[in-house]
Amino acid sequence: MFFRTALLVLRKDFAIEIKSFELVSTTLFFAVGCVVVFAFALVSFAGEAAAAGRKPEDAAAAILWIALLFAGTLALGRTFERERYGETIRALLLAPAPRPALYVGKLLGILCLLGLTELLLVPLIALLFNAPLLTQLTLLLPLLVFGTVGFAAVGTLFAAMLMRARTRDVMLPILLYPITIPVIIAGVRGTSALLTSPRDEPTAIMWLAILVCFDVVFVTLSLWTFEPLMTE
Amino acid sequence: MKGSATRIMMRRVAGAAIALLLSVPLFAFQPSAGQESFKAVPIDQIPPTEQLPAAPLLIAAYAFAWIAVFFYVWTVWRRLNKVETEMRALERRQSHRGEGAPGVNRTSLP
Amino acid sequence: MKKLFVPLTIVTAALFAYAPVAIAGAPYESTMLLVQKIFYFHVPSWMGMYSAIAVCGGASAVHLFKNRPAADRLAVSAAELAVMFGAIGLVTGPLWGRKAWGVWWSWDVRTDMAFLMWLVFVAYLLVRTYGGPGSDKLAAAMGLFGTAVSPFVYVSVNIWRTVHPLNTVVPELIGGSMPGAGLPFAVSSFAFLLLFALLLALRVNLASRQAVLDELYLAEEDGAA
Repeated sequence: MFFRTALLVLRKDFAIEIKSFELVSTTLFFAVGCVVVFAFALVSFAGEAAAAGRKPEDAAAAILWIALLFAGTLALGRTFERERYGETIRALLLAPAPRPALYVGKLLGILCLLGLTELLLVPLIALLFNAPLLTQLTLLLPLLVFGTVGFAAVGTLFAAMLMRARTRDVMLPILLYPITIPVIIAGVRGTSALLTSPRDEPTAIMWLAILVCFDVVFVTLSLWTFEPLMTE
Repeated sequence: MKGSATRIMMRRVAGAAIALLLSVPLFAFQPSAGQESFKAVPIDQIPPTEQLPAAPLLIAAYAFAWIAVFFYVWTVWRRLNKVETEMRALERRQSHRGEGAPGVNRTSLP
Repeated sequence: MKKLFVPLTIVTAALFAYAPVAIAGAPYESTMLLVQKIFYFHVPSWMGMYSAIAVCGGASAVHLFKNRPAADRLAVSAAELAVMFGAIGLVTGPLWGRKAWGVWWSWDVRTDMAFLMWLVFVAYLLVRTYGGPGSDKLAAAMGLFGTAVSPFVYVSVNIWRTVHPLNTVVPELIGGSMPGAGLPFAVSSFAFLLLFALLLALRVNLASRQAVLDELYLAEEDGAA
C-alpha cells in the first residue's frame, strides 16, 4: 500500500510533466546556465591562475555540485508550487493513504528530475573542463546518488512544509542550505578526490560513507516529521 | 500585578550589569604577578602579530559582549512593556463593556 | 520558575562582578599575553550557545510531535539566546584571533561549526518571523533538523579541514599550558551559564505573557461576536 501510493504520486507527476515538459526543460537549462556563469567567474585558464598553479579541473567538482544545488532548489520550489496552485495538496492529504507515502512519491519525482539534470551536467562538465568524470563512474555514481538523495530528502520536506508559508520562495534556500552543507562538502570533496591525477579512492569512499549516514538519518527524520508538519 | 515584578527584576539586572560594565576595564588592565623584565626591541623588528596593540581588541571584545547582552535584555523589556500595556488596555475595555459580557477566562500559563 | 528570578539575578551579578577580578588575576598566557584574556568570555559564550541549541532542539521536537505550546515558547526563547550568545562568540573570536594568530578567520573546525549552527538558528528566527501563520511548526522542524545535523557538520568540516593545508593552528588552551586559568575560566563559565538560565526564564516569561494576551484577544472577539 505504501509503495503503491508513492508510485501513484510519482505517476501523477510524470503524467502532468509529460504534457508540457516545463519543469524538466527549465531546470536543465538553468543548470547549464549556472555552469557557464560559474565557469567564467571561477576559472581562468591563462595568466595569474596558471602562475599560481591552480588548474581548471579543481573547479569542476565545485561547479557540478553547486549547479545541482541551485537547480534543485528551484525545482523543489516549483514542484510544490504546482500542487499549491492547483490546490491538489488538499486532495492528496484527504486521500486515505499514509502521509509518508506522499512524501516518498514527491521525493522520487524530485530524484528523477535531478537525476536527469546530472545526466546532462556530468558529461557537459567533463567536456568543458577536461575533467575525467566519465571514467570515474563506479565511484562517482554512488556519490551523486547518495548526495542527491540527501539533498532531496531534506529539500522535499522543507518545500512541502513551506507550501503555505508567506515567503516560501526565499525561505526554502534559507532553511535548506545550512542543513545540506555536509552533503555539499562531502559531494564536492569526494568528487574532487576522484579527479586528482592519481585518484584518491579511500578519500572518496570515506566521503561516500558520510553521505550514506546522512541519508539514513535524514530520510528517517523526514519521514517521521512529514506527518506532524502537514497536519496544519 | 505579575508583570511589574518582572520589570523590577529587569531593572535590577540592568543596574547590576551597568556597574559591572564600568568595572571591567579597570580590572582587566592590571598586570598580574610574576612577569620577568622585558628587553627593549624596536617595533618594526617584532613579528606582525605583535605589532597590533592588544588593548583595543580586548576592550572591543568585552564591550561587544556586554552591549549584546544589554541590547537583548532591552528588547525583551520593550516587548514586555508592550504586552503589559496592551493587556491593561484590554482589561480597561472589558471592565467598561463589562457587566453583561461573558466572563473572560483568565488562563495562567507556566 | 518565577521565584528563582531574584536569587538567580543576585548570583549571576555576583559572579560577573567577581569575574573581572579573577580574569585580571589570571597569569598571562605565554605567547598571547593580554589579548588571550578574551578567552574568558569567548569560550563561555559558545557554551551558552550550545546549551541554547540543545534546549531549542529538544523543545522543538516536543512541540513538533506532541503539539505543546509551552515547548514552542521554550524553543523560540532558546533560539533567540543561541543567536545572541553566538553573536558574542563570533565577534570576540576574530578579535582574539587577529591578534593571536594574525588572521581574522582561521577555518578551524570549531569556529566553522559554531558559525554554521549560528546560521541555522538565525534561519529559525527568520522563518518564525516571516513565515506567516503556522510558522511555529516550520521553525520547530528547522530547530530539530538543525540540532540533528550538528554531528554531520562537525565530521565533514573536520575532515575537510584536515585535507586542506592549514596556515594556522589553534592551540588547546584549556588544561594546557595555563595552570592559573582554571579559576577565572570556571567563574566566567558558571556566570555565563547562569546568565543563560536567567535570560531564558525572562524570555519564556515574555512568551507566556504574549500567549495570555492572545487568548484575551480571542476571548474578547468571541465575547463581542
